[in-house]
Amino acid sequence: MGSGHSAHLHVDGSSLLHRLPPQVKLVGLLSFVLAVVSVPAGSLVALGCLLALAAALLLSTGVAPRHVAARLVVSLPVVVFALALPFVASGPDSALGPLTVSSTGVTAAWTVLAKGLTGILSAVAFAVTTPPTDLVAALQRLRAPALVVLVLSFMVRYLTVVTQELARMRVARESRGFRGRGLRAWPVLAAASGALFVRSYERGERVHLAMLSRGFSGRLPETSPLTARPGEWATALVPAALALTASVAARL
Amino acid sequence: MSLPVLDVRGLAYAYPGGHQALFGVDLHVHAGERVALLGPNGAGKTTFALHLNGILTPGRGSVTVSGLPVTGDSLLEVRRRVGIVFQDPDDQLFMTTVRDDVAFGPANLGVRGAELDARVAEALRAVGVEDLAGRAPHHLSFGQRRRVAIATVLAMRPEILVLDEPSSNLDPTSRRELADILRSLDVTVLMVTHDLPYAVELCERSVVLSEGTVVADGPTRAVLADAELMARHRLELPVGFSI
Repeated sequence: MGSGHSAHLHVDGSSLLHRLPPQVKLVGLLSFVLAVVSVPAGSLVALGCLLALAAALLLSTGVAPRHVAARLVVSLPVVVFALALPFVASGPDSALGPLTVSSTGVTAAWTVLAKGLTGILSAVAFAVTTPPTDLVAALQRLRAPALVVLVLSFMVRYLTVVTQELARMRVARESRGFRGRGLRAWPVLAAASGALFVRSYERGERVHLAMLSRGFSGRLPETSPLTARPGEWATALVPAALALTASVAARL
Repeated sequence: MSLPVLDVRGLAYAYPGGHQALFGVDLHVHAGERVALLGPNGAGKTTFALHLNGILTPGRGSVTVSGLPVTGDSLLEVRRRVGIVFQDPDDQLFMTTVRDDVAFGPANLGVRGAELDARVAEALRAVGVEDLAGRAPHHLSFGQRRRVAIATVLAMRPEILVLDEPSSNLDPTSRRELADILRSLDVTVLMVTHDLPYAVELCERSVVLSEGTVVADGPTRAVLADAELMARHRLELPVGFSI
């Protein structure tokens, strides 16, 4: 499946993660993240190893670091929060060079940082190897509620259509000398958003007619059912198994 | 004469707001015919088309498809028999890939597996776009999207193809290619349009709908040659075009 409409995230490739069926990958990702969350706070070594595992998974996709780096900007709030924790948390103080920090805060910071980054790195590894259309198919295969699948599938399909419509409206405005700056532009922009909403709503109605015309009865038919071999399931669940082992070991 | 594929009798319809769009339309289309439904903007052409597969329910009158009345119980079968291709392919192509879109109709009819793949391949081949199966609809040119839209309906193996303004927004080459495709299909066609040269090119028979009633029904050339009738119903051939 092409990458154009998914240009923001997905990158074509042939790594192991690219080849795994999407529903298998999705279950693998979710179970891994849940297992990582279950690791007790303060298990510094275990969390460090799991973070390294997530980083290794991301590296294994072979996606250019520059592309990945841009996607990782989303982790900034987690990093900032974690860095602030040692200074704002209460508890016994300890010296860190010239600074005095809360040692409870340091443990919490490392836990938050490691768990947060592990989740984000593995989610990015999933996103860069899975086109949005495959994500929709995976959710459908995993029996997600029909309405969720429908809404997501329409979003994937019509995002470009609506964006193009928005761009055409902008060109039409600017062609008549409009410049979208300052307070005086707001009423015009509000009217344009209203017009876009009405147009999208009307398109929704027309799409519904087209669907009814081809026998739609409330649920998207699964036209190309996804299949997976037991070996693929086993592969996808390895990270989760490792994280679960770490979680159990840390409690012993 | 044989059982008509499409048998519309006294069809009248008013929108819920009160606007009366159709005032007793009669139309019969027989197997193998290609009929043009002509009329100016606002004549009720699209409203009429939406009655043919039961999207709209007649206020009065009846629609029968190959002997099957268009009513609540028979809607799924009616929608298989009557394939409507809407004017804007972006409305018709709502799935994320061409293949899934073409498979949507037959899958709703319960077709699965190899049979479904065969239907999709057959429909895409009929409109000459087999190579586009894996593409996303919004990556296609307008002409390609129109063809795929037709394939989505052909995959349901309809008895009659209803095309709403099939030539709109097409460049001359795509327009000609689409005409070649429509001629090559072995299916009854009702073409709703105000593109008169296209009607001449493709349809031997034309029906003129104006202000919600049928005002003419006959061989396309004869209908279009009636200058007085044409002028009265706001139909005009392009400048320089003669029949």
